[in-house]
Amino acid sequence: MKPDDLVAEDFWAGLRTWTDARIALGRAGVSQRTRDVLAFQLDHARARDAVHQQPDRRATFGDIEFLEVESRAPDRAVFLQRPDLGRLLARESEAMLAARAGNGFDVAFTVSAGLSSTAVERNFAPFWREFAPALEGLGLSAAPPCFAEQGRVALGDRVALALGARMAVVLIGERPGLSSPDSMGIYMTYGPKSDTTDEARNCISNIRPAGLGYAEAARTLCALMSEAFRRSVSGVDLKVDDALALAPGGEAGRLAGQARSPKQAR
Amino acid sequence: MYAITIDSVTQEYADLRTLLAVASAPKSGDELAGIGARSARERAVAQLCLAEVPLAAFLEDLVISYEDDAVTRLIVDTLDREAFKPVAGLTVGGFRDWLLSAEADGDALAALAPGLMPEMAAAVSKLMRVQDLIHVASKVRVVTQFRTTVGLPGTLAARLQPNHPTDDPAGIVASVFDGLMYGSGDACIGINPATDSTASAMRLMELLDRLRREYDIPTQSCVLTHVTNTIQAVERGAPVDLVFQSIGGTEGVNKSFGVTLEVLREGLEAGRSLKRGTVGDNVMYFETGQGSALSAGAHCGVDQQTLEARAYGLARRYEPFLLNSVVGFIGPEYLYDEKQIIRAGLEDHFCGKLLGVPMGMDVCYTNHAEADQDSMDTLLTLLGVAGCNFIMGVPGADDIMLNYQSTSFHDALYVRRQLGLSPAPEFAAWLERTGVFKDGQLKAPKHSLHIPDKERFRGLSS
Repeated sequence: MKPDDLVAEDFWAGLRTWTDARIALGRAGVSQRTRDVLAFQLDHARARDAVHQQPDRRATFGDIEFLEVESRAPDRAVFLQRPDLGRLLARESEAMLAARAGNGFDVAFTVSAGLSSTAVERNFAPFWREFAPALEGLGLSAAPPCFAEQGRVALGDRVALALGARMAVVLIGERPGLSSPDSMGIYMTYGPKSDTTDEARNCISNIRPAGLGYAEAARTLCALMSEAFRRSVSGVDLKVDDALALAPGGEAGRLAGQARSPKQAR
Repeated sequence: MYAITIDSVTQEYADLRTLLAVASAPKSGDELAGIGARSARERAVAQLCLAEVPLAAFLEDLVISYEDDAVTRLIVDTLDREAFKPVAGLTVGGFRDWLLSAEADGDALAALAPGLMPEMAAAVSKLMRVQDLIHVASKVRVVTQFRTTVGLPGTLAARLQPNHPTDDPAGIVASVFDGLMYGSGDACIGINPATDSTASAMRLMELLDRLRREYDIPTQSCVLTHVTNTIQAVERGAPVDLVFQSIGGTEGVNKSFGVTLEVLREGLEAGRSLKRGTVGDNVMYFETGQGSALSAGAHCGVDQQTLEARAYGLARRYEPFLLNSVVGFIGPEYLYDEKQIIRAGLEDHFCGKLLGVPMGMDVCYTNHAEADQDSMDTLLTLLGVAGCNFIMGVPGADDIMLNYQSTSFHDALYVRRQLGLSPAPEFAAWLERTGVFKDGQLKAPKHSLHIPDKERFRGLSS
């Protein structure tokens, strides 16, 4: 018996052009075929590695200057189970930043592997190269970006507070999917406090080669930052479309909508 | 106050809430909340103490006070004290023994359900091993009806979940066809919309309804949008079959979902007003999951499994057609690994069945949890043996919109074949009629379903 006789193709395989979902897989008996099972496992392995591999500092930052900080989650297992610890700065890091605060900064950037080290390794440096000249144009003072391996979004608030900064911007690896293990998200908070919650943040998500491009993300972040400083506000009261419309050369509504669904809301 | 002396050391627990949390199987969420056992011994001692607590104590010592919480009031006010009588004299440990006895057959358990508080179900589940959770749950059948009959002995249904990251109608239709060709969709065809507005939900409702009528499929559709959106859609004349809402076990978590008992009641009435069911009028579809109350900062110091059972206590008052725990979805800070996810799935299924809820399960995990498809196969097989009403059918088990892994159309076929289970009878007959199945087995020859072209289905939703 030839291998091809063991598996059944689906006559509706043409529908695969309609969606990226894993449809018309065919079957071996009623089960998935070997190649599909192994392809799934490879994608899962990529996503798992994105979660668990230590981020390579050199790949992430290249020649960009950065400060290393630590959250209170000592390792990956604790970080995954105790998000509360990933939101707090280790005392030594807090002291180190406080010593650098001087008269404070306008904005403090925090880079974190979050849930995907692959995301920041692939996307941070190319994003920063697009963004840095624009940041200069905004005329804001900024400390070198801080890197935290085990950091949640709210860690950026603590970094900003320690540096005496008026705004926190966090660049972080998003929860990886099988088809998107490398998505980076950016969260911007004006006037961060130790108890800031998500409605005070603006989010730009899905930054990666196959998602939102670096130039577009940089332009959006600049527009949000400049509007946040102008109106002293961020989060639900600051709409990305309005900020882009006000930005020089801005054009509203080009960002992909922030997906929300009941399962995500939970 | 509850106390037990082991090795001449007396351990005291201030109230049932504390005792239940310490006696709970290990869950990262209870640790995060700071209420779980701090050692294996602490847990085992608490379980011994819990076993001696009379069930009647639960009627007095409420885990969240009557004054403070609408879910507690609903549980207490609607409890059938007459139905409780057969087990009124038992302790939690004695209740486990009774549940495992031949006396506790399907009829006895069905009669008991209205007399059980969710906290009693949660408590006894904490004293059970995996085989107990499976064996007792398998004795209970909860049958519900809309256009199909789900939950009958010898059946296992699947919710066809054709999600798409941009709600593209052609992409959704492609996944729907794939699922139908593999025999999924008898629980419902249910989309998690990427954009959550009444207008986009209505477009998807119309798309699914057109497909269903065109192919004369005996099933029901659902767009899993907020219940208030669905109520609006009903008012605007949309073809609503099932009314969806995420719910949880405290007033606070439900508030964080934007729902109250009254809003759920309005949803139920809106759904029933359309009289679209052909074999029954169960119209609600609920999703739940351990950890949601903690995630919303509304857990009131109660362990996540007890709160999950309370969500079922809330759900059953609305006579749902479907309810599933999305067991591994929320993430490893609530259920860390495969062991925790599998245990939680079986506890949830057991508690739901005991309380008279038509339990299904989204057997699932995220990529930052310590689990993989082997874990899903294990839980799926165990739930099949336990008599679960329905599971998810997701193309290749990979949801490209929600970025998590669940069970595939193939997985549903596997568990049906392995355990000799059929789809819901109305749907099974349609599968035979169209030629997708022949003599109960997958056939799907070319002439079974005529596949529409892409342009046509793009046009459907505009």
